[in-house]
Amino acid sequence: MAKLTIDGIEVEVPNGSSVLQAAEAAGVEIPRFCYHERLSVAGNCRMCLVEIEKMPPKPVASCAQPVSEGMVVHTDSEMVRKGRRGVMEFLLINHPLDCPICDQGGECDLQDEAVAYGRDGSRFQEDKRAVPTPDWGPLVKPTMTRCIHCTRCVRFTTEVAGTAELGATYRGESTQIGTFVQKALTSELSGNIIDLCPVGALTSKPYAFTARPWELRKTDSIDVLDALGANIRIDTRGPDVLRILPRINDDVNEEWLGDKSRFSVDGLKRRRLDQPWLREHGKLRKASWEEVFEALTNKLKATAPERIGTIAGDLVDVETLFAQKSLFASLGSPNLDCRQDGALFDASRREFYLFNSTVAGIDDADALLLIGTNPRHEAPVLNARIRKRWLAGGFEAAQIGDAGDLTYPVTRLGADAAALSGLLDGSSPFAAVLANAKKPMIVLGAAVLARPDGAALHALAWQLAAQCGALTPEWHGFNVLHHAAARVGGLDVGFLPGPGGKTTREMLAGGVDLLWLLGADEADLSALPAATFVVYQGHHGDKGAARADLILPGAAYTEKDATFVNTEGRAQRAQVAVKPPGLAREDWRIIRALSAYAGHVLRFDDLEELRAQLAKSNALFGQAEFRRLGNAALAAPAGLGQVAGGAPLKPVFAAYHQTDVISRASPTMAACLASLTTQAEAAE
Amino acid sequence: MLKDSDRIYQNLYGQGDWRLSAARARGDWAGTAEIIARGRDALVEEMKASGMRGRGGAGFPTGMKWSFMPKTSDGRPSYLVINADESEPGTCKDRDIIRNEPHKLIEGALIAGFSLGANTAYIYIRGEYYNEAVRLQSAIDEAYEAGLLGKNAAGSGWDFDLVLHRGAGAYICGEESALLESLEGKKGMPRLKPPFPAAMGLYGCPTTVNNVETIAGVPTIMRRGAAWFAGLGRPKNSGTKVFSISGHVNTPCNVEEELGVPLKDLIEKHAGGVRGGWDNLQAIIPGGASMPILNKAMADVQLMDFDSLAAVRSGMGSGAIIVMDKSVDVVKAIWRLSKFFKHESCGQCTPCREGTGWMMRQMDRIVQNKASLADIALLEQVTTQVAGHTICAFGEASSWPIQGLMRAFGPEVRARATDCAAPQAAE
Amino acid sequence: MSPHIETFEFDEISEPKVAKAISHYPAGKQASAVKTLLDLAQRQVGRMTGIAWLPQPALDCVAKRLAIAPMRVYEIATFYTMFNLKPVGKYHLQVCTTTPCWLRGSDEVVSACKKASGIDHFGGSSADGLFTLTEVECMGACVAAPILQVNDDYYEDLDAAKTEALLEDLKAGKPQPPAGSLAGRQSSAPISGQTVLTDKAE
Repeated sequence: MAKLTIDGIEVEVPNGSSVLQAAEAAGVEIPRFCYHERLSVAGNCRMCLVEIEKMPPKPVASCAQPVSEGMVVHTDSEMVRKGRRGVMEFLLINHPLDCPICDQGGECDLQDEAVAYGRDGSRFQEDKRAVPTPDWGPLVKPTMTRCIHCTRCVRFTTEVAGTAELGATYRGESTQIGTFVQKALTSELSGNIIDLCPVGALTSKPYAFTARPWELRKTDSIDVLDALGANIRIDTRGPDVLRILPRINDDVNEEWLGDKSRFSVDGLKRRRLDQPWLREHGKLRKASWEEVFEALTNKLKATAPERIGTIAGDLVDVETLFAQKSLFASLGSPNLDCRQDGALFDASRREFYLFNSTVAGIDDADALLLIGTNPRHEAPVLNARIRKRWLAGGFEAAQIGDAGDLTYPVTRLGADAAALSGLLDGSSPFAAVLANAKKPMIVLGAAVLARPDGAALHALAWQLAAQCGALTPEWHGFNVLHHAAARVGGLDVGFLPGPGGKTTREMLAGGVDLLWLLGADEADLSALPAATFVVYQGHHGDKGAARADLILPGAAYTEKDATFVNTEGRAQRAQVAVKPPGLAREDWRIIRALSAYAGHVLRFDDLEELRAQLAKSNALFGQAEFRRLGNAALAAPAGLGQVAGGAPLKPVFAAYHQTDVISRASPTMAACLASLTTQAEAAE
Repeated sequence: MLKDSDRIYQNLYGQGDWRLSAARARGDWAGTAEIIARGRDALVEEMKASGMRGRGGAGFPTGMKWSFMPKTSDGRPSYLVINADESEPGTCKDRDIIRNEPHKLIEGALIAGFSLGANTAYIYIRGEYYNEAVRLQSAIDEAYEAGLLGKNAAGSGWDFDLVLHRGAGAYICGEESALLESLEGKKGMPRLKPPFPAAMGLYGCPTTVNNVETIAGVPTIMRRGAAWFAGLGRPKNSGTKVFSISGHVNTPCNVEEELGVPLKDLIEKHAGGVRGGWDNLQAIIPGGASMPILNKAMADVQLMDFDSLAAVRSGMGSGAIIVMDKSVDVVKAIWRLSKFFKHESCGQCTPCREGTGWMMRQMDRIVQNKASLADIALLEQVTTQVAGHTICAFGEASSWPIQGLMRAFGPEVRARATDCAAPQAAE
Repeated sequence: MSPHIETFEFDEISEPKVAKAISHYPAGKQASAVKTLLDLAQRQVGRMTGIAWLPQPALDCVAKRLAIAPMRVYEIATFYTMFNLKPVGKYHLQVCTTTPCWLRGSDEVVSACKKASGIDHFGGSSADGLFTLTEVECMGACVAAPILQVNDDYYEDLDAAKTEALLEDLKAGKPQPPAGSLAGRQSSAPISGQTVLTDKAE
């Protein structure tokens, strides 16, 4: 630790800290443009100048100056003010005066600092620099004339995203930040450079000219477009969600957000189910809530309980799952399944289906085996965390099944389950890496569990984890990477077939006569008999609604107070940002209302009562804090059936952008897919 | 005047052969192993005692710089990097050492490398010096063949590899940390300091960067002794220096002289005098483009060494003397340097990236007699916003020629203002 | 004069030099060779097409060879002035106009280049594809000013007449004369003869 004085305030910080960090610890604010705590130090903007006693009589960039014992720092001396004013003037001379038409206005660091360090008029009599405007694809809108060359975006793509598609070409005042060759950005994390850009050089293309920050209402919430549970802020104006930004949570998403989670907002307004529908004479017609409740009640009464079933989809909240499970208990049906992909595996212990190492635990791991998963597509922010770990050194990764470029080197062990046997019997060279690792991680993709031999592979992967010492009370190296935000919550709630109950596969094969799809749009409905009466409850008119005989319009995640449990088992709350459109309602309310209509009244009248019962049924949901679990017992999950040799272990998604009803409804995501497809074809 | 026998570079003009046999005949590579046998500490002390100050421009004491290197390795190798990126306008002395005395440089590299604990040295030569690089590579090849480099170099027991690395056109790579970046295969952008190269230089390893002339002088200093070198020149400014005399002199040339030599003597004895006679002198830039300009009154009495030039707020820099007679528009001459700095700014830090272009355009208006007194005052102020605020010394050096111009020729510059009441008399 | 180059691989002449360049640096530090590889690529394109420049496939080839991101190579290729990202003439005329050369008449050299080549602006090329004229900053031969670099060679102590004669010879298909002073002086000695080291001269 080093003790130093900043503006008369004594502060103690770890050796190796920068003066800027020490100033933050002392509560002294230092302006900065290039410095960002999650990126390497560039020291190029020169805005964070401070004066340090007993050093050469010139200002020092505090972001790059290490602290030393007894240092005396002044952040508001005449030398400092003059230095910062000078830098500010240099930044402004070639910066356009287009704040009125710039989307950064109101949340622009340059604007804010200009208030403190800018002049009231320009002394610059020359022509301002103009820089061509390139096209970086559908998400990021570059206006490079505004660029102040802080290189945050270059450092982000190079260091965090690992795609190295931005750079600073040419030099001096001709320096250009960009892709050099015309191309759309390919990173799944590209939107983060918009947040990082301290000026209006990089703004959101879909959000262009939409709103000013002071018009927006901000709601803290949780992302559901993958199973990471990134912490987000939903910006709304009136009834509209205008944009979604990441919030800082170092244990989950740090301060990053995947592009799908950020830019699918336009999908929240399209293809929405904003009122009930009923199929009559083969065609869906608009109906009232009374009509659909009556029709459904009649149908439920006319159907034997064991011929009623429900399958939950990927975006369903815990409260809704609990309400539906309660209703089915009351109806007397054991036919529930939250695994619309047909996965069948032993979920009897929580550690069998969680990402037990936790997201933050990746930082501690020293070896990684990916089995049938592409984390870059399934959870891009988590993938960036793996990359961060790799960058720190002393970390080796391998994969079974080919996931393409993950942005860090990965040894390919083979395409199919044979590679797993090689690890188990020690014949694979990576077996020694796992055995020698102190904290190895084995990550099983959700797609593996959905295979016919998923349960067998599940058990084998666990066995491998046990064998390589990944299962200890201190370190749990067995991980399932889910992609569905609803999955862990569903498993935790026990939204699974009861005694004698039918699985997803059985229900889809005609095992029930009334099938209630609870936001299930990715289930394979092709084998469903025509006579099966399908209820679809959800928010988008997608595959489920297309097959439905009756539609109950629900609420999207931005429209409800709801709990989601992420892949590591962390329960987090989404909050209402806007009301559901039209007649659509929060899903648990729909179920509660129907229960009364059908004579199976559920015993909760509001969300608090529901949550109290939920907590009673599973202590997890009453627990305030998330805790990383150690391994409880070495006993492996029941591994049913045989491993199908030869079938390649494929990740769940072939592409990133359209994987759920919201992103499929998003024109922006469609544009991303189209632009990347065109680009890939052109590269062929 | 320096005796010929005290000149380090006996073949500075290439009047003799550059090859190994001729170099040996001139005394190069004589007893190199014995020099190295004196041991690392003795050589560093010898260098300190010689008073050698870095010949690249900054004039930092070489022996002290060498002493910053770790005495024992923590597992990382140490490197010697030789700066042959000679790019400071006016400077072309290293070019002559490279093409005419390459073996002094190579032998110096071995002795310096040993003194620094470095088994590998890189010479970073500017890319435009293509023919010079070809010759230096031939000399290096000769040295390898003769066992002077490589395993047990020159029979010294020290393994030493010397690699020639070509630049590709960037003035900034003469800045030592930018040079290291470039050597690592990146853009030549100066690094933030600390850490300094002696702690974290090339590939993150302890590194000393020395100029060609500094290193090429090492063998002679070691042979003739620190006292000999220290006895030349002036106190704290010892030894000899190769000066480049360009511009409006009758016979532009490079010449090795003692430090502290009067500027006027240097020009009159070696460069044939100022075109049209000493009285036709208008101005002199004494140390390469970065160094503030001197007017005639200053030049009349100026001694050429680090401290004498620092005393008049200029500098000896690389020892490049650019002479201007009275026919020159001195503002335009400095404007052209501003254009140079704008062209060569790496663009990394704000004051240099934005300031160099602004200063050049302001200078342009003065050249065109379109600037007001307020404009000129603004320019002076802008130079102070650059100086002291950049990542590297080269960035702030872009402001020095203008500041020097204002000091040495202030009245003349202001006389060109659009709103100047009456032409002011020169001081 | 802008041949489209679809693909680029190092040929058998470049290849040993590429391997040697990479071998000069420690394992894992092969990126150090990037400028050398770009230079070799530019020379190879010059050999193949008569025009020494770096089309994008050559940049990508260098990136691949050194296992670095193409973007890093683009940054380097645009940062350093000696890489030609556009085709240049057979003779690349690079005139230094920085102060030391300007003081000794680089304006004349520029005019002579323009006159003899027919090029009217810096960056331009002659209609016959023989010349490209580029203004460059200090080339580090200031005591021999003014200077013109033609491809790899410096021509020193120039004036308008000497420059024009040089270019006319090139136009006439004569080979480039040996590099150095066109006024016949020895290295950087005073043109009138050495003032020092006289006992060893002759």
